[in-house]
Amino acid sequence: MLEIKNLHVELEEEGKKILKGVDLTVEDGKVHAIMGPNGSGKSTLSYVLSGRQGYEVTDGTAELDGADLLDMDPEERAAAGLFLAFQYPVEIPGVGNMTFLRTAVNAQRKARGEEEISAADFLKLVREKAKNLKIDADMLKRPVNVGFSGGEKKRNEILQMAMLEPKMCILDETDSGLDVDAMRLVADGVNALRDAGRGFLVITHYQRLLDHIKPDVVHIMADGRIIKTGGPELALEVEKNGYADILEGA
Amino acid sequence: MGAPQAKTDDRLTGLAVTATGWAAAPRGDALSRLQSMGLPQRRDEYWKWTRPDTLISADVPPAEAFDAQETPIFGGVDRLKIVFVDGVFSAEESDDLALEGVMIERLAEANSDIHWAQGLYGVLEERGQTPVKRPLAALNTAMATDGLLIHVTGKTGKPISLIYRHVSDTSDAILHHVVKLDEGAELTLLENGPAAARFNKVLEVEVADKASFHHVRAQGRDHARRAATHIFARLGSESAFKSFTLTVNGVLTRNEAVIELTGDDSIAHIAGAAMGDGANGAFHHDDTVFVTHDAERCESRQVYKKVLRNGAEGIFQGKILVKEGAQKTDGYQISQSLLLDEDNQFLAKPELEIYADDVVCSHGSTTGAIDETALYYLRSRGVPKKEATDLLVLSFMAEAVDEIEDDVLREDIVSRLTGWLDRR
Repeated sequence: MLEIKNLHVELEEEGKKILKGVDLTVEDGKVHAIMGPNGSGKSTLSYVLSGRQGYEVTDGTAELDGADLLDMDPEERAAAGLFLAFQYPVEIPGVGNMTFLRTAVNAQRKARGEEEISAADFLKLVREKAKNLKIDADMLKRPVNVGFSGGEKKRNEILQMAMLEPKMCILDETDSGLDVDAMRLVADGVNALRDAGRGFLVITHYQRLLDHIKPDVVHIMADGRIIKTGGPELALEVEKNGYADILEGA
Repeated sequence: MGAPQAKTDDRLTGLAVTATGWAAAPRGDALSRLQSMGLPQRRDEYWKWTRPDTLISADVPPAEAFDAQETPIFGGVDRLKIVFVDGVFSAEESDDLALEGVMIERLAEANSDIHWAQGLYGVLEERGQTPVKRPLAALNTAMATDGLLIHVTGKTGKPISLIYRHVSDTSDAILHHVVKLDEGAELTLLENGPAAARFNKVLEVEVADKASFHHVRAQGRDHARRAATHIFARLGSESAFKSFTLTVNGVLTRNEAVIELTGDDSIAHIAGAAMGDGANGAFHHDDTVFVTHDAERCESRQVYKKVLRNGAEGIFQGKILVKEGAQKTDGYQISQSLLLDEDNQFLAKPELEIYADDVVCSHGSTTGAIDETALYYLRSRGVPKKEATDLLVLSFMAEAVDEIEDDVLREDIVSRLTGWLDRR
């Protein structure tokens, strides 16, 4: 369970306040969506939770299953079960996708005091999961995200998620830059991972992703706060009327 | 200020050629060349960034041999081994100098009056003296104590591997190799080891039409060693020259390469990966490269990467000269440094000089720190900071290392890179 309480965050260098008291709880097995206009702080929330540099938490807490996320390095958060699917996955030339995946899987196992996965088992696992996401052998061999299309990059994020089996998945605008078919493929990948022990936080601008990944709860974020929470119908309302009505009503 | 040759405390003092036989003439010529140009000085344009004094001093600054405590490189490669200890040939440790498709002779033993190497020894070096003077190479041609004369007539069954061991703290080695590849011949030449406290080496390579020469070198890891090396290569048509050098440690290294593409449709790739840590005394690494296109439709690549930390210094001076008539030239040059902390220095002088109107030439030079976004990305996947940084260092080096075509040799080089990263 992810529990965020009264989270206040500033940009470290400029001191600009981005999050102004976010309260949010994502229970295991649930899918929560966060929608909101540009600049509302959605992506910042995902960065702060995963430990990106450049943000200063001035107040509040964020815990994953009772463990203080804000006190951990990014790799410790990952080992604790947090995963962020990036809006802009990073290209890493010269490092094979497979090497990267295996390094990540084994690093997390090591951090949890588990044994490393054997090369053969790893290969079998990665091939199986890649197949479901229509990721071919060539994509696994190529350097991480280098020369990948927008859709391939997002599918590669979901592959990492599938391999790492996190407890809490944050998807930061995973639908941006995707055509309808690619979005369906990504959504199928996410849905396959839905399970009673795993929570999801899906950040998106548009309702259309939520047609494929059906949320249990929808939050509207504006000006660094969650201003409204409801069921899936809230997303439909945004799609129909935009954010203006909700912002005025808040 | 006196002329350099008037100084009494440098390597020019009392030099005299003692060789007999065919080599006496080219050595004598080289000594005259050297005496007229003098030893390198800081005021020379191509020595602005590298102090030549310890390379030209009469005495050798002492350097201890360093036991890296790791399996020797290229150990898993089936090869013909030729060993030099402090620049002295070791018959005991070397294989027989016999290999199919190639004739190998020691320079010190080639004393006949007529020899195939006559047309090459010092000849490519002399061509390489224009337009940039390379006095240490002329010194080498005149005074080399040994080296190998390798005549490749066909496809060699396995690589020739030169191993340079360093034992004595004050050894001063001068070796000069000549490699001649006949039409269609192929050779892979491997070199590794620190060689001596101070090492001056010249490698002259003549690549005939349709021949191919592959070269992979790992310079020794002794912290205090000094090296000035030159490669002079001349390529015939449809030939290939590929050279990669790994440098890890070394208080002073100057690697010069002078490559001339004289036959149409030939390719020359030269690459270097250097990793230096100033904490072990000092690290200064200088790559000075000059590629001349003098034929049509040739391709050249210069790929140089340096990883620097703790006050390390990296230098790159690279030039592509495209002569008139060298149409359809494809020239590429990149020099980059990755600074792992803030005290390092990387100086680069990329140059293009083009006299043909239908060519593609590009060059780039960058310097920077580890990409924080990439580091965060890796860490967010659970990869610890140190391991993530190492992956990014390997990522940075990849373009240079990928110039090595042979998988086994490339893996060997990568293992040296990871070895360095593990030890830091």
